[in-house]
Amino acid sequence: MKYFQLLICLFVAPAFAQEVAPDALVRGITQEVVSIIRQDKEIQSGNSRRIAELVDAKVLPHFNFQRMTQLAVAVNWRKASPEQQKSLTQEFRALLVRTYSSALSSYRDQAIEIKPLRARAEDTEVTVRSEVKQKGAQAVTIDYEMEKTSSGWKVFDVKVGGVSLITTYKEEFSNQVRDAGLDGLIKTLSGKNRQAESRSRT
Amino acid sequence: MTTRNKNSMKIRLKRASTLTAVRRIVAIGAVVTLFGCATAGNPRDPLEPVNRAIFSFNDGFDKAIAKPVAEGYRSAVPSFARTGVTNFFSNLEDFWIAINDLIQGKPAKALDDWTRLFLNTTIGIAGLFDIASDLGLEKRNEDFGQTLGTWGVGTGPYLVIPFLGSSTLRDALSHGLVDVHADLVRQHRRVPARNTAFALRTINLRTNLLDASRIVEEAALDKYTFTRDAYLQRRQSLVYDGNPPRDSQSSLDSDEVDNALVSEPPTVPDDKTSVDSPAPSTPLAGLPISTQQ
Repeated sequence: MKYFQLLICLFVAPAFAQEVAPDALVRGITQEVVSIIRQDKEIQSGNSRRIAELVDAKVLPHFNFQRMTQLAVAVNWRKASPEQQKSLTQEFRALLVRTYSSALSSYRDQAIEIKPLRARAEDTEVTVRSEVKQKGAQAVTIDYEMEKTSSGWKVFDVKVGGVSLITTYKEEFSNQVRDAGLDGLIKTLSGKNRQAESRSRT
Repeated sequence: MTTRNKNSMKIRLKRASTLTAVRRIVAIGAVVTLFGCATAGNPRDPLEPVNRAIFSFNDGFDKAIAKPVAEGYRSAVPSFARTGVTNFFSNLEDFWIAINDLIQGKPAKALDDWTRLFLNTTIGIAGLFDIASDLGLEKRNEDFGQTLGTWGVGTGPYLVIPFLGSSTLRDALSHGLVDVHADLVRQHRRVPARNTAFALRTINLRTNLLDASRIVEEAALDKYTFTRDAYLQRRQSLVYDGNPPRDSQSSLDSDEVDNALVSEPPTVPDDKTSVDSPAPSTPLAGLPISTQQ
């Protein structure tokens, strides 16, 4: 009987992962991450390794970093060699993860509301809207741009208070490429990542 | 006789001042075009060299004075007291926010804002407690710059204002000429009280931004462009109360020079073009790369 349940789990779980609606997915992850942060004193005091572990395990699997990097590098992506594309994705991912982790560490007990999805069933790209409520100030909106892939819905852009991550980095990246080429951009990104790593170690 | 002389003097003076005003405008125009030609940067930021200089001045001031003061304030004043200060000043703003909602044609929201003001001023003890938010009346963000935006006034060039930071021609003028007169703190007649309130509000504001500025510090490759592009998107989003038309974000696109040069945003955002194109079956679907190859 137990084996039978296990068998069902094995077959149903991956199928279920694809079936989860994008807003339900975001809601589930948000609730899970928030409840972990609330219980973890080390995360609240800013232990960056603990936060990174949490983000790595719970959040990252739902992001499409390759597409995010392609969108941010925009027209210069075509000029990049496969190796350059790989290191661009790697470094951009590290930068985003660190920024995201840092933002999470300043989370206290604000209420987060995931809005019901307004999309048609056949849509392959949707926007999941959410709001972080805070006392005495306007709520901060966080919108997740998501696409349907064979392995479930994946985030490819995040807009915080109407500010798109991709749009903002697009301009930064194109300036870097214009001034120092693609390798210059990779160097700047990795330099920023190394610098932050050494800062968090000390 | 004397009155006629006086009148003609007045007219002459007026003419002279109009002339200087015209000269000034021409001079500013010349400077704008000069810098416009000198840089190959963002078309929405023709004054980039000047803006960058003011930005680095502001940044220096922030590092040396504003941020340390804010950090001191954060460690000296307990959290509940800081929330009270935030709520108090936030409550004073709600009156002007309501008027802006009203003249933007949103009377229901204006009514909400006034109800907020009433509840928080009375039950919330002069605004120290944000009771209204607990009751589901959400705080809004409105100012005259946004009102002009909803009326269809464009932002004009991006500006960095000494000490105040990011703005645009539209937002700076509407803040300096209109919003300040509706600022209850500035309108307060007793000077010492006004100055104290003003200082407290400024320090509290900077303190509330400590986390955000730390994140920008970590995220930005070039703090100047990062701040500028975030500000322009943020204002655009605020004008549309969080629902800007999808096209608007591509006004920052730099991959299509033609689009970037005209003030009107392109009708089709390039990110979406290939979604509508046939057979987007490759993993690269949804990217400019798949349509252009």
